[in-house]
Amino acid sequence: MTTMTTGEQDAAKSVTFNMSAAVSNTAQRETIESKTDGIRHVLNVKMAIRNLNFFYGKFQGLHSINMGIPANQVTAFIGPSGCGKSTLLRTFNRMYDLYPGQHAEGEIVMDGQNILSKGIDLNMLRAQIGMVFQKPTPFPMSIYDNIAFGVKLYENFGKAEMDERVEWSLRKAALWDEVKDKLKQSGMALSGGQQQRLCIARTIAVRPKVILFDEPTSALDPISTLKIEELIHELKGEFTIAIVTHNMQQAARVSDYTAFMYLGKLVEYDHTDVIFTHPDRKETEDYITGRFG
Amino acid sequence: MSTPTNTGDASASYYERARLWGLWGDRLFKGLSVFFGLLVLLIIAGIIIMLLIGAMPALQQFGFSFLTNAEWDPVNDEYGALVPMVGTLVSALIAMLIGVPVSFGIALFLTQMAPDWIKRPVGTAIELLAAIPSIIYGMWGLFFFAPFFADHIQPWMTSNLGGIPLIGALFQGPPIGVSMFTAGVILGIMIIPFIASVMRDVFEIVPQVLKESAYGMGCTTWEVVWNVVLPYTKAGVVGGIMLGLGRALGETMAVTFVIGNAHNLTWGLFNPGNTIASTLANEFNEASGLQISSLIALGLILFIVTFIVLSLSKWMLVKLGERQEGKKT
Repeated sequence: MTTMTTGEQDAAKSVTFNMSAAVSNTAQRETIESKTDGIRHVLNVKMAIRNLNFFYGKFQGLHSINMGIPANQVTAFIGPSGCGKSTLLRTFNRMYDLYPGQHAEGEIVMDGQNILSKGIDLNMLRAQIGMVFQKPTPFPMSIYDNIAFGVKLYENFGKAEMDERVEWSLRKAALWDEVKDKLKQSGMALSGGQQQRLCIARTIAVRPKVILFDEPTSALDPISTLKIEELIHELKGEFTIAIVTHNMQQAARVSDYTAFMYLGKLVEYDHTDVIFTHPDRKETEDYITGRFG
Repeated sequence: MSTPTNTGDASASYYERARLWGLWGDRLFKGLSVFFGLLVLLIIAGIIIMLLIGAMPALQQFGFSFLTNAEWDPVNDEYGALVPMVGTLVSALIAMLIGVPVSFGIALFLTQMAPDWIKRPVGTAIELLAAIPSIIYGMWGLFFFAPFFADHIQPWMTSNLGGIPLIGALFQGPPIGVSMFTAGVILGIMIIPFIASVMRDVFEIVPQVLKESAYGMGCTTWEVVWNVVLPYTKAGVVGGIMLGLGRALGETMAVTFVIGNAHNLTWGLFNPGNTIASTLANEFNEASGLQISSLIALGLILFIVTFIVLSLSKWMLVKLGERQEGKKT
């Protein structure tokens, strides 16, 4: 448990956000007061981020981030390049741990556990928080094995069960009909859009609680992009989703909540339609209207 | 005549000359590169022809039995290639059994685990190992490793492994240090830098994001390496191993120092033995007549064996490449 100094609390307060992250460890519930309708929404928060600071060596990449990621919703992170949105996403599954010199301070609480604490089992954590990357990254193995691979790490399935799971996740990822006759073929032989859906299928196959999308369509054509966006919309019924995107239209299309980040700080965070119609902050408005930098 | 026309003429003739030069230079360059390219073929053809002509008397005398005869008897002028052939293959096999896993471990450590400050010195040290002349390995093997091995390791291996049925016979032999096994160990050390540096280079080209996605599934480092890094780089890894194998098959000086140079065909790896290259190095000086021809025939066999190994590796690379790419739909 980190104890905040007065200075840190001030720093946290100095960043404006519409949603307070006052969450208790046991019941992950959060009261949200939206400035537009003045109604208090009670949201189930999957991840509560508290006073998060992130460092690349000496350089501070994130400055006291406080926010809650609502369960079974899509939360989008937008902002100019280098604003820290991918950095933030990569703290959720501790991906930064692969690189010595990078470290995070603060708390990210999921299911009553601080993800950032030392004792956490990273492999279990990453099985619960799946990630889909910018470029499709099928593993150098068959389509079937691409999906079975992750499942085998945690489940002791027989052939029938595994077949079932592979089919389930391929159907979920809207890829089953395209690949059901060539499951033994290499995953690398698929088209870019299919590869990305394969990566999504492989991520949901291990039934994570949260899925992180790091600019999942930036390497794809418009039609594949549309398919992935539809997919994200479908998936939020079962998973909590956080997506980083460069494309503001995409954020507007797929997300329920949008966080605007700038220079490592969370500038504004609200319902997506609020952010895109009448944002509170000047910087947000400048960015979404394309007048930025 | 006005000045502009004059300058125009001057520059035209300049370009004319430059163009002519370029034309000739191009022809010269083309001729030279064709010549050098063909030179490689000429040299190989020359070597094969020389080997064939030189080996002819022995091959006519002994025929196919040259390959299966274990005798090497200069007194009665009877020669067979079996012992040095087996020796070459066995010592190379021992070298691979030692060199491949160690190299894999080194490459793994350097690319996946080592902190930056240790990567450079270890990486450089590996490359330095490759730069050491083989005769120095031979001297080190003969004067240091062989006695050490005979005094400390061999007795332990004989008493602990020698009793095992079937493979126990491999660990029998006099404790003198110079043996097939010692040669294999030295060869193993010698091929480590080649295999390790190729493996390290191909491991480095695995896209970071591919590894991250495997880690993102909850893989441990070992699972990432075994299931993602290795399949992704298998073509390069096989190439590196074959490079090492080629080197182990043909290595001469270091092996000649420590193998004992005896024409024996036994199960015991601790007995002195022989390889093709060490036989050639040892006997060429004093050989004459049919013995020289037999030695050249040995050289021809080594050439063919190396050629087969290289072709196999190329073929494997193509096969692996096909499977990895899959068929585009």
